[in-house]
Amino acid sequence: MKKTYKIDVDCANCANKMEDAAKKTAGVKDASVNFMTLKMSVEFEEGQDPKTVMQQVRANCKKVEDDCEVFI
Amino acid sequence: MNKKQKKMLARIAAAAFLMILMNFLPVKGAVRFVLYLIPYLVIGYDILLKAGKGIKNRQMFDECFLMAVATVGAMALAVYQDGDYTEAIAVMLFYQVGEWFQSYAVGKSRRNISELMDIRPDYANIEKDGTLEQVDPDEVETGTVIVVQPGEKIPIDGIVVEGMSSLNTSALTGESVPRETAKGEEVISGCINMTGVLKIRTTKEFGESTVSRILDLVENASSRKSKSEDFISKFARVYTPLVCYSALALALLPPLVRMFVLGIPAGWGDWIYRALTFLVISCPCALVVSIPLSFFAGIGGASHAGVLVKGSNYLETMSKTKYVVFDKTGTLTQGVFEVNGVHHNQMEQEKLLEYAALAESASSHPISRSLQQAYGKPLERTRVTDVQEISGNGIIARVDGRSVAVGNAKLMKRLEIAYKDCHHTGTIVHMAVDGVYGGHIVISDKIKPGAKEAVAALRSAGVSRTVMLTGDTDAVARQVAAELGIDEVYSELLPEGKVQKVEELLERKGDNERLAFVGDGINDAPVLSRADIGIAMGAMGSDAAIEAADVVLMDDDPMKISKAIRISRKCLRIVYENIWFAIGIKVLCLLLGALGLANMWLAVFADVGVMVLAVLNAVRALFVEKL
Repeated sequence: MKKTYKIDVDCANCANKMEDAAKKTAGVKDASVNFMTLKMSVEFEEGQDPKTVMQQVRANCKKVEDDCEVFI
Repeated sequence: MNKKQKKMLARIAAAAFLMILMNFLPVKGAVRFVLYLIPYLVIGYDILLKAGKGIKNRQMFDECFLMAVATVGAMALAVYQDGDYTEAIAVMLFYQVGEWFQSYAVGKSRRNISELMDIRPDYANIEKDGTLEQVDPDEVETGTVIVVQPGEKIPIDGIVVEGMSSLNTSALTGESVPRETAKGEEVISGCINMTGVLKIRTTKEFGESTVSRILDLVENASSRKSKSEDFISKFARVYTPLVCYSALALALLPPLVRMFVLGIPAGWGDWIYRALTFLVISCPCALVVSIPLSFFAGIGGASHAGVLVKGSNYLETMSKTKYVVFDKTGTLTQGVFEVNGVHHNQMEQEKLLEYAALAESASSHPISRSLQQAYGKPLERTRVTDVQEISGNGIIARVDGRSVAVGNAKLMKRLEIAYKDCHHTGTIVHMAVDGVYGGHIVISDKIKPGAKEAVAALRSAGVSRTVMLTGDTDAVARQVAAELGIDEVYSELLPEGKVQKVEELLERKGDNERLAFVGDGINDAPVLSRADIGIAMGAMGSDAAIEAADVVLMDDDPMKISKAIRISRKCLRIVYENIWFAIGIKVLCLLLGALGLANMWLAVFADVGVMVLAVLNAVRALFVEKL
């Protein structure tokens, strides 16, 4: 399953770091962050609940870039 | 400017003012340090905080950390040597100016581009008891009659049931000539109604309408990243730590070598200063922001010109197009048959056409229709009797009491009438009236106006080989190809044959050359997806084409193909310019810094200046009007 979320982040490098962080989160098959459109699209692994996984993705993103937001 | 940007601007102004003011205060020692600390903290407190949080979260190598280390180091050096505090403050100041500019530029282009793509209709008008009511287009059911007033966007696809007007389709197609519409014609959502009130019976739901599909496509376009973007994010990941360790080495190794090996004074201050300069240059911002911005601007500019690109990777691939493979019908030709000539006629041309049209008046075959169209006058069906259709041959009928036979060579042979062959290519319709040969009519698919110029334009855009695939007969295919100046032709192909030919061509082309297939989206979805780049033309309303293609041309003008390729070339040229320019300047400044020829001022200008120039250059990708 693939879903797209709106994000807020100030710099392009931070967006790349968020992408890395999201990719490494358990339950995420693949993730891609677009800095220009401020969107994160996440592909979840089979049988994962997007809501709980996204909470973790958000937490991980906050860790690498304090000044970011993922709107779940 | 948003709130954050306004606040930052105020901080920049305040810090700059304070810094200049301090220069005129006659204070010395610790007081001077404390006073200078004020502008430093005003401009840099958030950077220091972020750097601290980064260390806590084990995310050391970000630009905040670099800036923090560099400026704190410079402050410390200044305390130690009771020197110039301005440098550290200035570095922070310029860094923030750069960040501010970047955020402003990115925000501005974001808005510009979303304005370009702003075709979303906000409401639909429904007439209720004589008054118009505005409703959410999502709530309009299929088959409802909606009213579109002059100046409004058509919200949902449908058929005009009342009124006539001209439509501005430029938001969809980039075409500025208005399109006329009247009762009974199909209209597409996203067009702007210009002159008259239209009543439209919707044929689709809002979510299925052209405008929704396009918006969907544009919004999801950029999730596919190009190789250049991947390269840059990988580069940034390696570059920053590498420079940091080099800085550390630069700070420690030369002084130690000087002390223990050469036996001269270590010169710690000097080497630490050089190392700090290194850190300032090490931000990868210019690259990291300018590359996606270039692609974003390129895709935005393209969609304004009526070329929808589904992702930056496709823009990148398209820029390497060397082979363009066309499907003939509907791409280079109009897909509409037309009478091209009447030859060897024994009676008046007008009369011959009239008889042919009347004899064929009962048929709805494209050829019959083209005959009727060429005749151009209303047909009185009562003049036609005894219509006899001979499958695969033609029609024999009685028109005004005369026996008229209309058909191919087989029909003439069957009737034992001597006929004359035609040296023209196309479909030949022979005529016999009262058993005597009356001449023949040549019907052919018409080449699109501008198709020849489009092929020439492709060549000048750097395409090395053009190929045409068609299911049509060899003679027709060769003639069309010769007329258009196409290099290679493969004719009489079935749809599977087209896939096979494209695969052969894919094998033949060089490693760095890409093959684009251009089709009208009907029956060629498999080929579209097999080619490196599938370009669908005239896709307004064709869902299958939008689905299968990588690049969608909103109207069916073949000139748009070369335009799309030029747009992609320009965008990629800008991307490479930025990569080389930014990396080049950084490496140069790193060298100068290591040799002690560059001070921190130069370093921060290298960092911020390169970023500003790269961003401005990236925005250039948006301007595609003249390509």
